[in-house]
Amino acid sequence: METRATRIGLWAWGALIVAFLWIPLLIMAVYAFNSSNIQSWPIPGFTTKWFHEAWNDEEVRTALWLSLRAGLLATAVALVLGSLAAFGLARSRFFGRDSISFLFVLPIALPGIITGLALNSFFVLWGVSFSIWTIVIGHATFCVVVVYNNMLARLRRTSGSFFEASADLGANGFQTFRYVTLPTVGTALVAGGLLAFALSWDEIVVTYFTAGAQNTLPLLLFGFIRQGQNLPIVNVIALVVIVVSAIPVWVAQRLTSGSGGSGRGVGG
Amino acid sequence: MAADPARLQEGSPAGGALRALSRFSWRRPRLKTLGQISAPVAAFVFVYVAALLALLIQGFWTTDSFTGKVIHSWNLDNFRAIADAPYPTIILRTVGMATAVTLTCMVLAFPYAYFMVRIAGPRLRVILLVATVLPLWVSYLVRVYSWRLILNPDGALNWLLNLVGLPDLNIAYTNWAMWIVFTYIWFPFMVLPVYAALERVPQSYLEASADLGAHGPTTLRRVILPLAVPGLAAGSIFTFSLTLGDYIAPSLVGGPGSSLIGTVVFENLGLANNAPFAAAFATVPLAIMAVYLVLMKRLGAFESL
Repeated sequence: METRATRIGLWAWGALIVAFLWIPLLIMAVYAFNSSNIQSWPIPGFTTKWFHEAWNDEEVRTALWLSLRAGLLATAVALVLGSLAAFGLARSRFFGRDSISFLFVLPIALPGIITGLALNSFFVLWGVSFSIWTIVIGHATFCVVVVYNNMLARLRRTSGSFFEASADLGANGFQTFRYVTLPTVGTALVAGGLLAFALSWDEIVVTYFTAGAQNTLPLLLFGFIRQGQNLPIVNVIALVVIVVSAIPVWVAQRLTSGSGGSGRGVGG
Repeated sequence: MAADPARLQEGSPAGGALRALSRFSWRRPRLKTLGQISAPVAAFVFVYVAALLALLIQGFWTTDSFTGKVIHSWNLDNFRAIADAPYPTIILRTVGMATAVTLTCMVLAFPYAYFMVRIAGPRLRVILLVATVLPLWVSYLVRVYSWRLILNPDGALNWLLNLVGLPDLNIAYTNWAMWIVFTYIWFPFMVLPVYAALERVPQSYLEASADLGAHGPTTLRRVILPLAVPGLAAGSIFTFSLTLGDYIAPSLVGGPGSSLIGTVVFENLGLANNAPFAAAFATVPLAIMAVYLVLMKRLGAFESL
C-alpha cells in the first residue's frame, strides 16, 4: 500500500529512533573510559584507571554492598509474595478478585513519588527508623508485581489438569509441587526474580524516600551528580549499573521468550 | 516432569499429614486460595494501603515552623497553601510539560510503530522491540545523566553541530533540556501500546479501504489512525503520569525555572522539612491523574493497556 518514498522515509525514521534510543547509552559507556576528568566530547583518550579508583572507594563499596543486599532481599520477598498471589488468583474466581489484583499492580500504576512519600509518612508515623529493611519494603512493593505478572502469565498457559493428574496418581501436595508445579513454573519464577532484582538494583525514586541517610548505589550517584563531584567515578558506576541491570533482563527474556510475560508495565 | 518414578512412590502410601493437607486443600479450594493469598494481601493492605492512608492523613497536619516537628492537629492549611504563589505556576508548567512530552512521544512513536508492524520483517521486528524495551530496564537515573553529558556546552551535541557547521546550542539546564529528556525516557512506554494497537489492525481492512478507492493518506487518516487511538491513549497515560510525578530530571537537567510538582514534593520533604505540605501537594498529581484517566477511558485506553 505504501509508496516507495513512504517506505524509504519509514526506514529512515526507524533508524533515527533506534539511534535516539541507543546513542546516549553508548556515549555514556565511552565516558567511563575517559582519560581526562573534564567531561567534554570527544574524550581525549582511553583509560581504565577510574574503574580501579571506583572499586577502591570506600563510599562506593558500601553503597554497592547495600544495593546488592537490598536487591537480593527485595527479590526474595517478591518471589514469595508474588508467586503466592499468582497461585491464589490464577485459577480462582471470587468476589473482590479484581480489586485484589488491582492492589498488587497499584505500586507501578501510581507515580513513584506517591509510593515513596506514602511509605515515608508511614515509617515516620510509626517511628520506624530507616534501615536496609525500609529500603527492602519500598522495593518489594513494586517488585512483587513483576513476579506476580510473570507467574500469572505462565500459570494461565498451563492446564490445571496437570496438577489434578498428579494428585490422581497418588502424589501429595509436596510431591506435586516438587515434580509438577516447579518444573512448569520454574523458568517463569527465575525470570520474575531476575527482573525484580534488575528493578530494585537501579531504583531511585522510591528509594530516596525510604533510605534515610543510607546510600544505595543510585542514591550515591544522584548525590555525586548533583554536587558535580567525582564525575569520572560517576561515569564508571553508571556503566556498571547499566551492565548489571541489562544482564538479568537479557537472561529473563531468554527464559520467557514467546510468553511475553516480562513487560515492565509502568514504573519510573 | 520426567521425574524418577521410584521416588514418586516413596511417599505414596496413603496417610501422613501432608496427604491430609493435600486432600483438605482439594476439597476446600476456597480455603486453599485464602491460604495462598492471605499473606500477600495482608502485606499490601497493612503496609502499602496503610502507607497511602498515612500520606493522606499527614496532609492535614502541620509543621511547627520553629521546632520543625509535625503537629497532629487537623486543618486544611496545607491544601489552601497549594493555591499560593508560586504553586499554581508550577502546576501549570508541569501539566504543560506533561502534555508537550506526551504529544512529542505520540508523533515520534506512531511512524516508528507503523514501521515495525508493516515494513519490518519478523526478525527485524523482534530486534526493534528488544531495542525499544531494553532501555526501560537500564537505570532511569543513568539515562537522565547521559543527556547531561550530551547537552553540556562542550558535550556531544555541540560537537556534532560544529561538525556540520552549525553554531552552538546551549540548552543545558533549561526546560528544553527537560522536554528532550522526558521524551527520551518515557518514549518506550508510548511505543508498546501503539505497536500493539497497530498490530491488531487486520490486513483486510486496508485492502477494503483501497478497494473502495481510498489512497494511502486517506486510509491512514480514516482507517489506521482511528484504530490506533486507544493505543495512543494508553501510551499517553504512562508518559503523562510519569512526567507529573518526576523530580529527578528537573533536578539534574532543569534550570532555576524548571520546578515541577515532583520538585516541590521532593524539596519540602528534604530541604524545607515540611512533610505535611509535601503530602498535601502529592494529592495534586493524584487528582490530575484521576481526571486524565477518566478522559482516556473514553478513548478506549484501558482495552489497550
